[in-house]
Amino acid sequence: MTESATPSAPARDTGTTRVKRGLAEMLKGGVIMDVVTPEQAKIAEDAGAVAVMALERVPADIRREGGVARMSDPELIEQIISAVTIPVMAKARIGHFVEAQILQALGVDYVDESEVLTPADEAHHIDKWAFTVPFVCGATNLGEALRRISEGAAMIRSKGEAGTGNIVEAVRHLRSILGDIRKLTQADSAELYDWAKQLRAPVELVREVAETGRLPVPLFCAGGIATPADAALVMQLGAEAVFVGSGIFKSEDPARRAKAIVEATAHYDDPEILAKVSRGLGEAMRGAEIDSLDVRLAERGW
Amino acid sequence: MKVGVLALQGASARHVDMLARAGAAPVEVRTPADLDAVDAIVLPGGESTTISMLLESSGLADRLAARLADGMPAFGTCAGMILLGREVLDGRPDQRCFGAVDVTVRRNAFGRQVDSFEADLPVEGLAGGPVHAVFIRAPVVEAVGPEVEVLATVDGRPVLCRQGPVLVAAFHPELGDDPRLHELFLSEVV
Repeated sequence: MTESATPSAPARDTGTTRVKRGLAEMLKGGVIMDVVTPEQAKIAEDAGAVAVMALERVPADIRREGGVARMSDPELIEQIISAVTIPVMAKARIGHFVEAQILQALGVDYVDESEVLTPADEAHHIDKWAFTVPFVCGATNLGEALRRISEGAAMIRSKGEAGTGNIVEAVRHLRSILGDIRKLTQADSAELYDWAKQLRAPVELVREVAETGRLPVPLFCAGGIATPADAALVMQLGAEAVFVGSGIFKSEDPARRAKAIVEATAHYDDPEILAKVSRGLGEAMRGAEIDSLDVRLAERGW
Repeated sequence: MKVGVLALQGASARHVDMLARAGAAPVEVRTPADLDAVDAIVLPGGESTTISMLLESSGLADRLAARLADGMPAFGTCAGMILLGREVLDGRPDQRCFGAVDVTVRRNAFGRQVDSFEADLPVEGLAGGPVHAVFIRAPVVEAVGPEVEVLATVDGRPVLCRQGPVLVAAFHPELGDDPRLHELFLSEVV
């Protein structure tokens, strides 16, 4: 081969499936942290976050204050983008494709079409194929995950119940998704059509999962992670990375807890390291019993 | 010859798959004991700041630095290239650079995720046509020392370099379907 720096540069394809899912691959084994100020974003980066989620209010405050929760102010998102060198994500309301367009224009690295915000459409999610920026969506079960992937989501996160500091719902959702994937791999080719019907998902995607034994996109976990042990629990169950919302900045010592959760996520299978990093972190966020909640965020999404 | 893949954070599993396709039997490296058991190492893509922090907290950083200084073969992609370089621009001041390759690397040099791209990349001396390369918030090499061979460029800027037993790529050969760069690395190692 001759000189590689040819005058005509090779064609570059942006916004491809591989590029979108590829960023999710790079975030694996990491912790994505909710932040509401540039200062919190710096603390998250210092602690080893792989990305931050820029928000006006963390889910625990959205729950407490009520009202309609919308996309954050672009000015805040821009300040957070300038404060850190790691990827920045931001949330759009379910079905609110204009909020997503704005987030893409701001240069956000991932859009979370999120049930934590008040839904804008009661029947439709965003057509995510129409965007260059990749999307992450929540799911409580395999059918919901595959519907979001069919709409173009490049990453799935189990929903859990955001803002509760209670891991029980995230565990339920992960077990449901991963348990059904395990069952699907045992189905014969005729049974896959019934699976598609039951899951309300395209048969092509159902067949792909049956053949590979995994979702076509990375599966992360969100909603209720408050301790290093919570993070390691969902990683051992099969999550590939974790989102921590209220769990860090609603705790007594956010910087320390954030770093501990990062280390626990990396060494999720090593109880000695987990014991070491879990020591002396101060109080975790207070948390809530699921039965005491007025609003179940995980029920949003169709 | 045993090849390890640093598995603290990032796309380590994809490297394991690709190395297996290229004929190796790779193992994951998370602790100093894991590192002591391997003869060569792959540093995957991920967040270089996170991996750097975890290298320190897990006690791997100094051990890895010593092994690299001893001439251990290494292959770094994206974040891995940043870690193996001599100097990083637009990084964090506490970010580790092992200096296994005499290059200065700029982080996120092509822009944000919406600018991430894939392209066919001609590689110097590699048979079988261009490599299909995936660049994700990718770094670029801004300056190379005299010992460094530049194997591929984008816009005239180096994105694949080799110095002795160390190979670095700004892109992600582990995300494609082409094991030739992993084979190249293994052929240098063996």
